Amino acid sequence: MTKIEEYIPIVGQATIDDLRRIGAKLKGKVVQNINSTSVGGGVAEILNRLVPLLKELEVDARWDVIKGGTQFFEVTKKFHNALHGKEQGIVQQDFDVFMETSQKNIEEMDTYGDIVYVHDPQPIALIDKKKDNKWIWRCHIDISNPDSEVWGFLRNFMIRYDAAVFSSPSFSREMPNRQFLISPSIDPLSDKNKDLPQDVIDAVLAKYGIITDKPIITQISRFDRLKDPLGVISAYKKVKQYVDCQLILAGGGAHDDPEGLEVLEEVREKAKNDADIHVLLLPQDDIAVNALQRASAVIVQKSLKEGFGLTVAEALWKAKPVVASSVGGIPLQIAHKYSGLLCHSVEGAAFFIKQVLNSPGYAKKLGENGREHIMNNFLITRHLRDYILLFLSLYYQDDTIYL
Amino acid sequence: MTEKEIKKANGPFRFYTRLNLSELTGLKAFNLDELLERIKEVPESSIYHHTHKFLQQHQYLSPEPPNDFAYWVTSVLGEKELGEDLASIDTVQFDTIDGLRQAFIMAIEGYLKAHPEAKARTSHRSSAFYFIKSLSFILPTGYEANDLAEFCRILENISIDAIYFHIFEARLRIGKKINDFSYWIETSLDNKRLADSIARLDPYTYTLEGLRKAIIQKALKYT
Repeated sequence: MTKIEEYIPIVGQATIDDLRRIGAKLKGKVVQNINSTSVGGGVAEILNRLVPLLKELEVDARWDVIKGGTQFFEVTKKFHNALHGKEQGIVQQDFDVFMETSQKNIEEMDTYGDIVYVHDPQPIALIDKKKDNKWIWRCHIDISNPDSEVWGFLRNFMIRYDAAVFSSPSFSREMPNRQFLISPSIDPLSDKNKDLPQDVIDAVLAKYGIITDKPIITQISRFDRLKDPLGVISAYKKVKQYVDCQLILAGGGAHDDPEGLEVLEEVREKAKNDADIHVLLLPQDDIAVNALQRASAVIVQKSLKEGFGLTVAEALWKAKPVVASSVGGIPLQIAHKYSGLLCHSVEGAAFFIKQVLNSPGYAKKLGENGREHIMNNFLITRHLRDYILLFLSLYYQDDTIYL
Repeated sequence: MTEKEIKKANGPFRFYTRLNLSELTGLKAFNLDELLERIKEVPESSIYHHTHKFLQQHQYLSPEPPNDFAYWVTSVLGEKELGEDLASIDTVQFDTIDGLRQAFIMAIEGYLKAHPEAKARTSHRSSAFYFIKSLSFILPTGYEANDLAEFCRILENISIDAIYFHIFEARLRIGKKINDFSYWIETSLDNKRLADSIARLDPYTYTLEGLRKAIIQKALKYT
């Protein structure tokens, strides 16, 4: 388990001192996190890292998980997709299933926290148990264009919380309760982001048969239409007319996803006549992802829609120039032409990739600025700070707070 | 101690820091009319956020970064002339947020009067201007300086949030009209020359690390 002191060489002693100072202000308060799973998924990954670090900062953070059967999670998956704007054919029975399991959790779960921090829609109905303690709802998903019926259903619970937290301003809604903006983060000490010796990088490249005789363009993403892997190949082909380069499309998680397998096949079909396109179906292997990013000359994230797009932060942290679509949380991570390049089309992506490959000095500057930006705004230490300030803010009404 | 006596301050300089959290107001604008109306009504903490956020988030970039209003008007609405007007509003000239707010209002009202056709320009739904406000949490760092040498040593190691607080936030948001460093150097160390020299810096044209270096460099001359 990573200790808070281990971040000092990266963010500096003063930042950790500040965290300890504000953490101490929560002395005596129990912060109870509640979500739907302790393993798998982004929320569990974040809580697995944040909860122990909060404890080290003397914040009495706990973590509980609701119970639910297959039917319940099928419904919440449908809700999740509907909140992303996908048509799901939701019927009354789905709402009934949701409420039935929620009622059981309401009866069985002890909501003992001074602050109860509920993550995502699955446990949202627990708000029925609110007494005089503080309740926060954390939305980790893109709800910029939600299905109105599902949104309306969930909103009735949401407005009873003291506060809601979103990852991007465009996800917020006009609501009577307070809303905060907290971006997700990356952990610089995790396998996906830590420094790697060159021999580890070389071993990963050798394993996948990649020779570094020409610059590498990489997109790391699961094989999903919303990540536009076919668009990335089109952009690469345009670049290839002028610069001899190679493309890596690497991602995992397609095994249990029929649409993912279909997309993977389409990608392989489009890539089949070009030996310089490497389509890698990776198992969960963070070191491999890290190594591939580090070996690349430019990282691409040409998504059509994106919750936040932390792969951009991961690439920038490695001081890589990034060409990415201006969607979801990506514009928060890239200031166009300062810390990366934002595009809106295949042509735009190709143009910027070419520019980066042909101008190493410019590419280096973009990467350096990008790393600085991630250092200041998207590391886990900033996330810890925001969470502690969020908890403290519940006890104050003014915009300037003297602690 | 050398021949040159180090002057002790009448009172110590206590270093504070400030950490901020972004609160969404739920207010947004799709066109210039809406932007103007919102600028008139949002709390000062929102005007502060949109004129200082870039400075904090992109503190490694120089020269002077744009404010959010200028950036949105230029890059989303395509009103480059107004964007330039808004970008050139000289934040350092204002010692209250309300004064700064009025400058934005005047610039947009003047532009709409001269270019009524600009009212028709509307942003795409996904590119609206979202009004955010900054909650500031101010707390002592525990560091105190009793003379200039000590001041420089602490300044070298303190977080940039602390520097940000004493230079920007204290002057504009807390309404002290002068940065904290200059005030202490003048009133407790009786060194008006150094105080004025720090006050004359335009902090908006430095990165925060650059500002740290510039202040230390000036102060070291008097130690």
